[in-house]
Amino acid sequence: MTGGLTLTLNSTMESVSQVEAAAGRLAAEAGLDEDERFHVTMAAREAAVNAVLHGNEYDPAKRVTAKFENNGAALVITIADQGKGLDPETLPDPLAPENLLRGTGRGLFLIRSFMDEVNFRQLHPGTELTLIKHLKPPGKGSIQRLTRGLGGV
Amino acid sequence: MALTIASREVDGVTVLDLSGRITLGEGSVQLRDAIRGLIGKGTKNILLNLGKVDYIDSSGLGELVSAYTTAKNQQAEVKLLNLTKRVHDLLQLTKLYTVFDVKDDEASSIASFK
Repeated sequence: MTGGLTLTLNSTMESVSQVEAAAGRLAAEAGLDEDERFHVTMAAREAAVNAVLHGNEYDPAKRVTAKFENNGAALVITIADQGKGLDPETLPDPLAPENLLRGTGRGLFLIRSFMDEVNFRQLHPGTELTLIKHLKPPGKGSIQRLTRGLGGV
Repeated sequence: MALTIASREVDGVTVLDLSGRITLGEGSVQLRDAIRGLIGKGTKNILLNLGKVDYIDSSGLGELVSAYTTAKNQQAEVKLLNLTKRVHDLLQLTKLYTVFDVKDDEASSIASFK
């Protein structure tokens, strides 16, 4: 288990880059492979864009809080804004034929596709997204394969 | 890396060679401006070479869709060339692969514009 990092950020695109970079470091330090690192950083970026753009609407008086933690079993990234709140159930399905040619509405879909769990919490005001990527126990897969191999001898 | 766009003409097709990221605040606006500039000049055949685009976010995907629909509304066409694996996977995941005409070979892509 490693200690967490908490960032309190302005509602700017610079903050989005900071979240993306911090998520990339968290994923790299956890030993995730290149594809998984890409998934984690992109999900964090999309969540930060949602917080800055749709949540806080670039309001300089509002902050985005981003927490990054490796608890030993999973990477947990929490992004919170101070906006009006978001009900994920009201968002249109970006894969529906009538929505395929929409220019927006794919961010949350990508977040859900790339992470193992995505949880929402309403903060009144604001929305908190918790993104979770489970970590594979180190070496467990190879031990199981070895055990199976020996059993067959 | 920010997005760079280089334009060239091949047999009546305007090829935009894109390099870098197409993301909110980095490449989306450049791409939008480039497409609107071409459409505004009456360009009908536009091929986006994405061979050096290694990162597209949801905003960048939206910009590709907007390029497609903007062109279609003006009886023009936007096609895609040379997707990196990452961009290919994103287009598959979002079902946009079914929307775009995507090719890996420039010559056949140029020939496919009529």
